[in-house]
Amino acid sequence: MSLLTLEGFGLAVPYGRGRRTLVEQVDLTIGRGEAVGLVGESGSGKSMTARAVIGLTPPGARVTGRIVFDGAEVPSGRALRRLRAERIAMIFQDPRAHINPVRSVGDFLTEAMIHNLGTPVRQASARAVRLLKEVGIGDGERRLRQYPHELSGGLLQRVMIASVLAVEPDLVLADEPTTALDVTSQSEVMAILDELRRERGMAMLLITHDLELAAATCDRLAVMYAGRIVEDIDGEPRHPYTRGLMRSRPSLEEAVHRLPVIPGRPVAAFEAGEGCAFGPRCDLAEPRCRETRPPFVRGVACLRAEETA
Amino acid sequence: MRFLAKRLAGLVAVLLVASFLVYGLLYLVPGGPMAFLLGNRSGTPEQIAAIRAQYHLDDPFLVRYAAWLRDAVTGDFGTSLVYRQDVSALMASRATTTVFLVVYATLLIVTGGVAMGLLAGLRGGRADGVVTLVSSAFLATPPFVVGVILVIVFALGLGWFPVFGAGSGFGDRVHHLTLPAVTLSLASAAFLARVTRASVAEESGREHVETARSRGLAEGHIVRRHVLRNAAIPVVTVAGLNVAGLIAGSVVVESIFALDGLGSLFVRAILQRDFAIVQAVVLVLVTAFVLINLVVDLCYSALDPRLSRQ
Amino acid sequence: MTRRLGGPGVAAAVLLAAIVAITLLAPLLAPYNPDLPDLFNALGGATAAHPLGGDALGRDVLSRLMYGARTTLLAPVLVICVASAAGTTLAIVAAWAGGKVDAVVSRLLDVLFSVPGIVFALVTVAVLGPGVPGVVIGLAVAYTPYVARVVRSAALRERGLPYVAAAWVQGRSATAICLRHLLPNLRPIIVAQSVSALGFAVIDVAAVSFLGLGVQPPTADWGLMVKSGLDSAMRGQPLEALSAGLLIALVVAAVNLLGDRLGRQS
Ligand SMILES: Nc1ncnc2c1ncn2[C@@H]1O[C@H](COP(=O)(O)OP(=O)(O)O)[C@@H](O)[C@H]1O
Ligand code: SF4
Ligand SMILES: [Mg+2]
Repeated sequence: MSLLTLEGFGLAVPYGRGRRTLVEQVDLTIGRGEAVGLVGESGSGKSMTARAVIGLTPPGARVTGRIVFDGAEVPSGRALRRLRAERIAMIFQDPRAHINPVRSVGDFLTEAMIHNLGTPVRQASARAVRLLKEVGIGDGERRLRQYPHELSGGLLQRVMIASVLAVEPDLVLADEPTTALDVTSQSEVMAILDELRRERGMAMLLITHDLELAAATCDRLAVMYAGRIVEDIDGEPRHPYTRGLMRSRPSLEEAVHRLPVIPGRPVAAFEAGEGCAFGPRCDLAEPRCRETRPPFVRGVACLRAEETA
Repeated sequence: MRFLAKRLAGLVAVLLVASFLVYGLLYLVPGGPMAFLLGNRSGTPEQIAAIRAQYHLDDPFLVRYAAWLRDAVTGDFGTSLVYRQDVSALMASRATTTVFLVVYATLLIVTGGVAMGLLAGLRGGRADGVVTLVSSAFLATPPFVVGVILVIVFALGLGWFPVFGAGSGFGDRVHHLTLPAVTLSLASAAFLARVTRASVAEESGREHVETARSRGLAEGHIVRRHVLRNAAIPVVTVAGLNVAGLIAGSVVVESIFALDGLGSLFVRAILQRDFAIVQAVVLVLVTAFVLINLVVDLCYSALDPRLSRQ
Repeated sequence: MTRRLGGPGVAAAVLLAAIVAITLLAPLLAPYNPDLPDLFNALGGATAAHPLGGDALGRDVLSRLMYGARTTLLAPVLVICVASAAGTTLAIVAAWAGGKVDAVVSRLLDVLFSVPGIVFALVTVAVLGPGVPGVVIGLAVAYTPYVARVVRSAALRERGLPYVAAAWVQGRSATAICLRHLLPNLRPIIVAQSVSALGFAVIDVAAVSFLGLGVQPPTADWGLMVKSGLDSAMRGQPLEALSAGLLIALVVAAVNLLGDRLGRQS
């Protein structure tokens, strides 16, 4: 049985007098211990989807479809808090913004242990030091006394990962965990996260705009565009958008990096017109692409997927 | 520590400049210090001699300033021309009322202003609207107008509070100084409520609060440990600066309620051109402002680790 | 302009314009000579002849309110004009010169800012004697940092923009760049900050007059009227104090609202 299932998930936020759809018709499953990548350009609704799993939706948002975690729909109130405290943890993109700047690193690491798991303070500190060691931070005792501004972004993200390990959740939602870091710490942090997750058998939803990174880390990949999943990658990519992402990734063989970026600007779900949301940027677009939303058939939502395969 | 030493040095510098200006102002007056000190009193030769001696008018300016400053530092501000008493003694007997009033008003702004701001910032909705409206009204109404309205309604109309005087003994003092303290505090409390509201609202929307929420921490815990803790930084700063405003405002409030404090002494001294008192009060006020600023800065860096540890 | 201010902003502007118009036309509109005592109207209540009653000397309160807006508003406007000019100059000089000049000016402004405005007014009045000139000079000094601090940081930001460098490269003089380019771009911020300072200045000027150290009797002035009205209230007639006090509060509320709207724009 899968650990997390999204069925026809959609999300709309209030806008003016009406609503704006940000995510729609998302189906996604993650098995126990499995890593799934959710890939797409910024604004496509990846963060919204991940946050919705633990009920962190914008005020007034309307959620449609079902989010089932470990056989039960995601609850609200006290039960939701327990779910967040014990079973699903989230790693955010920008650790500097997502860790309280006026509380010490030690406070950040032990807070959840003390208040959610009832660990005594001293034990929590000792455990925090061990966890820091696991994420590659040696002088834990000193670090606990430091404040976030005294640590680099890479170190802070490791602290964030350590705080997630402390909970030993079943599922980690990692929302662009390395995007805000400099290039050298990116791969280190990603390696640490992946290794420790595997050791503990935690499942992970990895959100990123870097297709290559996701492919290297994850068991399966889903590609998101304008609030919808446009492709569940299985072998060779078939959707023109996924191919565009492939081509725009940095390449070691080619002398020129990040060559053909997909031309045009990504759109949010509510900005997409009648037909295929990717149509305006797609070099394979045909007149019929403008008429109806391409249905999601055999893992891809493109009218021309069969011909190009 | 170095921070503190630096701040103290700055403080001394400001006080030196202020004292120099306060002393030097005497010489800017048309007709020179003698004419000013005598004002429209025609002094007898002995009086004139006494003034020359008190103000060392026969010495060069800087020497006189140094002598005056040396005395001032030891708390000797000379003798009042009008009261013919020691200025320090005159001030000491009046300081109690003013300090009591300012402390009372400080308690009111800190409890009332912060409570209103928290209510508006955390509850939002209707509470927010009401607090915003009430605070705009209080901010727009000058303290002396508030005082006059309070006197008309609660002292003259309902007779709940005395109109005049500072009272004696603690309970009686509180009774006498309630209307003055409310008068003094309303605008500051309104301002503090706004700052608190804005600060709480801003901190509630911070990303790290979302992190805390994603970790399943209890809402009350999040509000206390993350929202309020962080919002306290600007609130403490503004509260501190408001206390400086309260000290200045007490001048006006003492005049409305005929309280015999430093403020009314100051106003009377200005009207009677009793310059020894004017100099002393200004110096005491400036010292108070500078000290309050120092305390605010210290609180600020104690509350915000980003400033105190680099 | 209307769109920028929004409904309440326009209402505030109209109210202020109406008050200014009434006080300018007071000689035509006021029902009585504001300085003429009338023993029969002393401490009088509201009647058809005297809608707001009379003061302790029997002068018509309504007429005195109409005339009284002059000093009540003109003195603060003067204060703010001087403070804005001085503050803007200091701010631009500091931002342009940078380095030591900027550090010294900023520190000075911080210190001035930490002393409440009314204290400056009281000190200058102590030297120059009670009256409007002392009050205006003192408050102008007090409000200079209020404008200067905000304008300085805006000017610093503006100075870093490419168009300044471009003008510099074209060989324009520093003065020309400051006057032709910097100043016009800073104008919305200067105006917004000046208007919001005006609200505080109205309160401070009225407070000093209330203390008997600003506008002197027998001039009709709202601050003074609150003071004399307090005595009348003790003797049973609160109309003068209440009407003058509420008018001051109304004007300050309107000015604050305008300042708020203008501030949001810039
Ligand atoms: N709090 C919010 N309220 C309304 N719209 C939002 C909010 N946050 C993000 N959005 C919009 O939702 C869309 C999807 O955002 P997001 O999920 O953050 O995308 P991604 O993580 O893929 O970059 C974007 O168009 C963004 O502008
Ligand atoms: S449906 Fe048409 S427009 Fe959309 S991706 Fe496929 S080919 Fe391109
Ligand atoms: Mg995102």
